[in-house]
Amino acid sequence: MIYDYLYKLTGSEILSMLIQSAIPLFLLVLPFVLVAVWLERKVSAHMQDRLGPMRVGWHGWLQTVADLVKLIQKEDIVAKETDKVLFNIAPVLVFAGSYAAFAAIPLTSAFLGSNIDLGIFFIVAVSGLVVTGILMAGWASNNKYSLLGAMRSAAQIISYEIPTMLVILIVVMITGTLNLRTLSEMQTGYFWNWMIFGGPQFGIDKFILIPLMIIGFLIIYISTLAEVNRTPFDIPEAESELVSGYHTEYSGMKFSMFFLAEYANMFAVSAIVSALFLGGYQSPFGYLGNLLHLPWLIPIEQFGWFVGKGVFFVLVQMWLRWTLPRLRVDQLMAVCWKYLIPIAFADLLIVGLITVI
Amino acid sequence: MTDFRNLQYLTLTETMREYLSNIWKAFSTILIGMKVTFKHLFVPAVTIQYPDIKLDLPERERNRLYVNMDDCIGCDQCARACPVDCITIETVKALPTEDLGKTSNGKKKALWVTQFDIDLAKCCYCQLCVFPCPTECIYMTNVYEFSEYQRENLLYSYITLTPEEIIEKKNNLAKFEAEKAAKKAAAEVKPPEKKMAEPVVKTSPLPNPPVNNKTNDTQKEKQ
Repeated sequence: MIYDYLYKLTGSEILSMLIQSAIPLFLLVLPFVLVAVWLERKVSAHMQDRLGPMRVGWHGWLQTVADLVKLIQKEDIVAKETDKVLFNIAPVLVFAGSYAAFAAIPLTSAFLGSNIDLGIFFIVAVSGLVVTGILMAGWASNNKYSLLGAMRSAAQIISYEIPTMLVILIVVMITGTLNLRTLSEMQTGYFWNWMIFGGPQFGIDKFILIPLMIIGFLIIYISTLAEVNRTPFDIPEAESELVSGYHTEYSGMKFSMFFLAEYANMFAVSAIVSALFLGGYQSPFGYLGNLLHLPWLIPIEQFGWFVGKGVFFVLVQMWLRWTLPRLRVDQLMAVCWKYLIPIAFADLLIVGLITVI
Repeated sequence: MTDFRNLQYLTLTETMREYLSNIWKAFSTILIGMKVTFKHLFVPAVTIQYPDIKLDLPERERNRLYVNMDDCIGCDQCARACPVDCITIETVKALPTEDLGKTSNGKKKALWVTQFDIDLAKCCYCQLCVFPCPTECIYMTNVYEFSEYQRENLLYSYITLTPEEIIEKKNNLAKFEAEKAAKKAAAEVKPPEKKMAEPVVKTSPLPNPPVNNKTNDTQKEKQ
């Protein structure tokens, strides 16, 4: 819809495509990162009975903007012993990987970057680019802390992709589609049509599915938490042991690219989880647009619900971050291989049996 | 966490029970922790927005020294009490004709204080200079924000006399002493050699030896 409108407006396919691809960045990712960094600091501060940033703007809400301005001004230091080419590509790759995921995430019923049938598969595949970027950054920095962080990160992301994938498979098995827009459209109506409550069909199997879906939801939430390197799974950038992991050697804008990618990833993961299990952009109870017969209001409402769900899960991520201590490497692997994967497998088998019957 | 050394002795049900209890423990403890942090979200912050809001200092706080020169009699007791020698006092005797007035607690002033420097970079805030002061003119204030970029700026001078006045006082005293010595010399038929030598030194108008002066003054004060 947006593409058609832009095409009519500009008359050029390339131009409208470019504008459309930049919309999520400037409308969603950048404002979200600016707010999320501030929120992170405020949430952490208040959980520790502090105040957090208070100086720039009302309760410091412009602090991130000030930090961004500072980061832009900063000198871009490239150490002598680094592998220059890889060092410079890595932040771009990491950000590209996390931003590419937004191409297949439907923001509203009216806006989807690219309506590909392999939506969720594309997202999972393109997230692999992030691992490459992180490993590249760690290797090119020529620094033991960076390399250690990057290797831990790669090991962690790859192991936790398995439970994520298994849970995605559960949803795909029930719905029979990989397209996130179709998936979201299936969960329309009221909140009991969401996948976490057994999906849109109504019958005895729906009630059997509910506990299984809740287990699946918890597993995917935990494993995506690990995929974006958040506490309690933040050993790749464990400040107290590894300086700051793979981006130790970065400064200025390249560092902020990593930062941006990290927060964009947080939101992307939350959006995927909500699209798979909590109806994506769908409202839990009807729309004001339907009630007032204003069809143009519905996409805006949907965008609001989408952002709301995403921000809610990001807030829970922050909440967990400031509650839990960091896991050890062996604990991290134990959680994945001994708990999440077997349970996800069992879940997958049972759901498979139910769908067959 | 399963202990691998004991694993072989556990039956399947026991292993299973441990596995499930681990999961249960993980979720329940995480929820307890989350409850705690959620409660703290609404606890008022303990942060004090420092330059805007300042805490009340305790009653006997020790901060920057201040000297009320109106009351100072130049007795040098604070300088001698100071364990780090950060107070420098120099005085000039007043002429008998001059009246310096009295301090607020009734002590008669007999000395011009020509130098009263406190090097606050050296000061250790022990308050030992405050106690011996007979007129209670040196005391601790509640000012603690006086950092400087240059260390010299921490050398505080409290004198009220202008440099011209100081030279004038010194000259006056030197003249007076010279006259006195001349009178003495005239009165005594045979002046000894040493006594003649002293006035000659003292007639020089510029810096009269402070050590000499100080000892004289303090002796006088004690009497």
